[in-house]
This record gives sequence, C-alpha cells and structure tokens, in this order.
Amino acid sequence: MGTKFSVYALLRYTVLAIAAFVFLLPLYVMLATSLKDMDQIRAGNLLSLPTSISFDAWQTAWSKACTGVECNGLQPFFWNSIWMTIPAVLISTAWGAVNGYVLSFWKFKGADTIFGLLLFGVFMPFQVVLLPMSQVLGWMGMSSSIWGLILVHCLAGLASTTLFFRNYYSALPQELIQAARLDGAGFWQIFRRIILPLSTPILMVTLIWQFTNIWNDFLFGVSFTGSDSKPITVGLNNLANTTSSVKFYNIDMAAAMIAALPTIAIYMLAGKFFVRGLTAGAVKG
Amino acid sequence: MLDIQHISKQFGTGAKAVEVLHDINISVQSGEFLILVGPSGCGKSTLLSLIAGLEQPTNGSIHIAGKDATTLAPKDRDIAMVFQSYALYPTMSVADNIGFALEMKGMKRAERQVRIAEVAKLLQIEPLLNRKPSALSGGQRQRVAMGRALARAPQLFLFDEPLSNLDAKLRVDMRAEIKQLQAKSGITSVYVTHDQVEAMTLGSRIAVMKDGRLQQLGTPDEIYNQPANTFVGGFMGAPSMNFVKGYRGDTSRILGLRPEHLQIEDSPTDWQGVVILVEPTGADTYLKIKTHSGDIHQNVSVRISPEHLVNEGDVVNLSFKARHAHWFDAATQINCESPEQHKGREQDSSKLG
Repeated sequence: MGTKFSVYALLRYTVLAIAAFVFLLPLYVMLATSLKDMDQIRAGNLLSLPTSISFDAWQTAWSKACTGVECNGLQPFFWNSIWMTIPAVLISTAWGAVNGYVLSFWKFKGADTIFGLLLFGVFMPFQVVLLPMSQVLGWMGMSSSIWGLILVHCLAGLASTTLFFRNYYSALPQELIQAARLDGAGFWQIFRRIILPLSTPILMVTLIWQFTNIWNDFLFGVSFTGSDSKPITVGLNNLANTTSSVKFYNIDMAAAMIAALPTIAIYMLAGKFFVRGLTAGAVKG
Repeated sequence: MLDIQHISKQFGTGAKAVEVLHDINISVQSGEFLILVGPSGCGKSTLLSLIAGLEQPTNGSIHIAGKDATTLAPKDRDIAMVFQSYALYPTMSVADNIGFALEMKGMKRAERQVRIAEVAKLLQIEPLLNRKPSALSGGQRQRVAMGRALARAPQLFLFDEPLSNLDAKLRVDMRAEIKQLQAKSGITSVYVTHDQVEAMTLGSRIAVMKDGRLQQLGTPDEIYNQPANTFVGGFMGAPSMNFVKGYRGDTSRILGLRPEHLQIEDSPTDWQGVVILVEPTGADTYLKIKTHSGDIHQNVSVRISPEHLVNEGDVVNLSFKARHAHWFDAATQINCESPEQHKGREQDSSKLG
C-alpha cells in the first residue's frame, strides 16, 4: 500500500468506524449513566460525560439494591452464576471434545446418524424442552438447585460443543491417529498427547461460546431455580423490575454493567484466540 | 515372516458391498523388501492397512513372525509405518516424535534419549531434534518419519507411498537412502507405491495388483522380463510395452514388445512405419511410429540412441529379436509361455501379420 492515499481504505475505515460507534454507544451510555448521580441524570442529557464520578450506584447495585423483597443487591446472584457457569462450561466443553474426538476418529456403526441427531440440538428452540426437562429434574431430585441448572446447561450446550470439536477434528489427518495407534498409544493417550495439544484454538472458541451462552442465559435460570439459586440474569431482571417511587437509572446501569463484566473480561482476555479459532479451519496450520 | 493367506476385503454389506481385495496370497521372507504396486484403486493401500491392523479383513488370515495377527490390535503387531503425509505429531519436537513409540512401550527416559540420538545420527538429523515438524522441509520431515519408524526396531516396516510428496530430485535421493537403510537394518519391509520405477529399483520382490487382485508376484527381473499378462507388461516400464496383434503359427496372439527391444534397420524388413513423433530425453530418444503390417495399423513406441538421427515423417524399417517377444493369449491376455519356455527360447519362427 505504501503512503498512497486510497479512497477505498478511507471508505472501509469510515464504515468500520460507524459500526464501532453504533455498537459502543450503548456501552458508553451504560457506563456514563452508572457513574452519574440522579441530579445529573434528571437533567436529561443522556450522552453527556459525568460531571463528578461516583461509584455509589455500583456499591448499591452490588450489595444493597432490592430484587423483590430481599435487598442484598446482585452479589448473591453473581456468585450463583459463577458457581453454576464455571462447572457447566468446563463439563460441556470437555464432553464435547471427547464426543468430537470419537465422532471424528473412532467412528462406529451409526456414528454419523448420532452426529446428525445431535445437530438437532443446535437448532432446537430450548422452550420446547422446558417442560420435559423440569419433569426429568424432578425425577432426579435436582429441581431448584444449582446442580440441576448445571446439568441442563451441559445438555443444552452439548450439541454445539460436539459440533465445534467434531468439525475441527475432522480437518485433522486421520493418519495422525493411525500413526499413534501403531506407536502403541491407546484411546485416551492419543486424545491427551496428540489431539488435545492441537485443540487450543477450538478449545478457546468453545470456552468463550459456552461461557457467554451460559452466563447470559435467562430462560433456564428463571425456569429451573429456587429462591437461593437464581443466576445474575434473573437477579438483574428482578432488580430492574422492583418498583419504587423513584427509578434509579444509575443503579440499573451499574447492575447491567456488573452482569456483563465477566463476559466482556473473558472476551478481552481470550478474544484473539476466538477469532483465530473461528478461522482455524480455513487456513491449514 | 509375513504370511498373507486368502485375504479378501469388502466395504459395505449386501447389495452395496464393494470387494476391494480378492483372495490375496503373499508370503514374505525375513529381510525381504516387498513392493505392492498398481494403479490407484487397486487395493494396495487397503492391503497395507490390513497388515498394519488399521482395518480388518473380511476373509483370510495374516501371520506375522509365525503368530496369527489377523485380529491383533496395531500396537500388538510390532510394526512401524511411514505414511505418505508423514503424520508427524505437530505439537511434539522431532526428538519426542521419534521417542513417542518408545515412551508408549514404557522405555525409561535416559534409555530413550540414547536410542533417539542413535537414530538421529544414522539419519543425519541431529541438528533438528529440538524443532517442531512445522519448521522442517519436506525432505527433513521424511527423514524424521523414517526415524520414528526406525527407532522402534520393529519386526516389520510398512511404507505407504512415502516419497510421493517430495520433488523429483529428492525422491531419487531418498529412494536410494531407503534402500540402503533397509538393507542395513535387515528389517522385512512392505512398500506401497504406484510408481513402477520405485517398484523396480527398491523391491527384492514385487506384487503387481489391479482391481483388488494380485496379477503377478516376482522379482523385478521376472516382473519385467516375464510379465504374467498384458496388464503387468503394460504397467511396468516406461514408455509402456507395445501390444501388437500377431499370429503364432495359426493362432491369434497379442505380441508384447518393449520400446527398447524394437530396432530400426537400414535394410528393408517386413514391418514398416512412419515416424509421427520424436521425443529426445537426452540419454534416449523415443519415437512414436505408425506401423502397418498386412491390414493391421498400429502405433508403437521405440527407444533409440540419440545418435541415431530420425525425423518426423521418415519411413523406417522395424525388427525385433524373437527372445524379446512376449506372447499373450488374445482372449485372456495371459502370457502363453511359462517362464522356463520363455528363457529357453532363443530362436523362433514367429512372425507378424
């Protein structure tokens, strides 16, 4: 390119800048509003910078705001989400990796049919399974518990995690497995020593994907939990819908920010792997 | 050493079943270098997979070192294989690649390192031991793949077209090297290729296959000089054997003549033709000649010395020696003579037309 001025480059960057602006504006409004006091919010200028920065709204949203009758803020919901999301993400990812490994390299009779059936899960609207799932959870004695929710998320995520790993692995040469079998490695040794070290990009994609989905889930969270196991999305909803004489927009915005922070953080930490993983199939490496 | 008996292999079942191998019988002696050669789809790679244990035969048995290995897992067969794509483990260093099988066997780390160093020295890849496969050239990867197989000192080496991803010059070098390594190690080897030059140069015996059937099994000399049928005659040798309709006595036969066995004579013979293409390759010149003999018109290839000046359009006289003629049955395409007959024949009264 050199220093030569290019109309197309300018056009390209303009379009990108507009897109970035459109996407970032709500985030800015949330952040700015959460740092303002109510007086400045009432002044009505949504886009103005906060005149003085105050973290009071964040404090309240975290530990004092009312979510229905309880007034402990989002804190308990946040920890529920953490204890639910981490095991669910790890289990569903590991499970999907093993599924993908088997479906790519250890094909048995009917393996493709099973994979096809699993794919239904990717496209199935989860509302369809709400009733049968709650029935099953009831039979297993796991309703209204974090463990039940973890199980539901593992099952709901399994279709996509399997799909991710299967497609990634099916691009790897079959000869790699054959060589390892001749070298005397067994099923798990091949997985651990040969396949898993090659899986970093798809592992990152799946971890981020699952974390975002499970953290942001509202449907299962509101359907399958009891009073002490609700995730943060439900907490945020309750907080925003608890009516009082005054609407504290700064607290609502701070609460929304708190609910969104973990996914933003994960994306910032591992985002480059995410992009790399999404394109990994395209470029042979 | 390796005994393949009545092996057949079908993929699929019922009406959709495809038979890729049909009643293959091959016995390989200890220390032999057996080549499986044939056009793509002939079943040679499937046969190799069966020997390796990566596939199971539909019928028949495979014995390795006197032990029935038909249903043994690959790891229990004590074999090593070099793959066409090399199949090096991408995340492991060269040293770990070579040592992986030893580690799986439970060999101690120190002992392993000694063995890796030995192999690296033998293959002159010592400076590469800490590199990852992605940092190696094609030829280096090939060497590492060889090293991985050698390190285990297996009973049986299997090669699946190991040279086909290399450029022409490197291929010739590696070919010589593989031959020397095999001779030095004395390990029985089975080598799959579609390249008839590789087959001729490497093999102590060659098994020529087509459509899942063994066409001929013999030494390179037997395969080349006494082809069992027109397929073997035509497949081995480049340019391939000329097939001409002929008569022997009163019987209709196919006459097989290799390009190097046809001569151009100064004096008139009973077989003439017009040169339609001259292909000089440096060492030899190949001619394509349109011939007619009686009412039979046919193109034949002839190899001549480049000193012999021939131009396109020239009319030339062709001859051949009777002992170079291969006679095949017109219907079955099978060689009409036993090897003994062929060897014993010096003079012959057969003629064309």
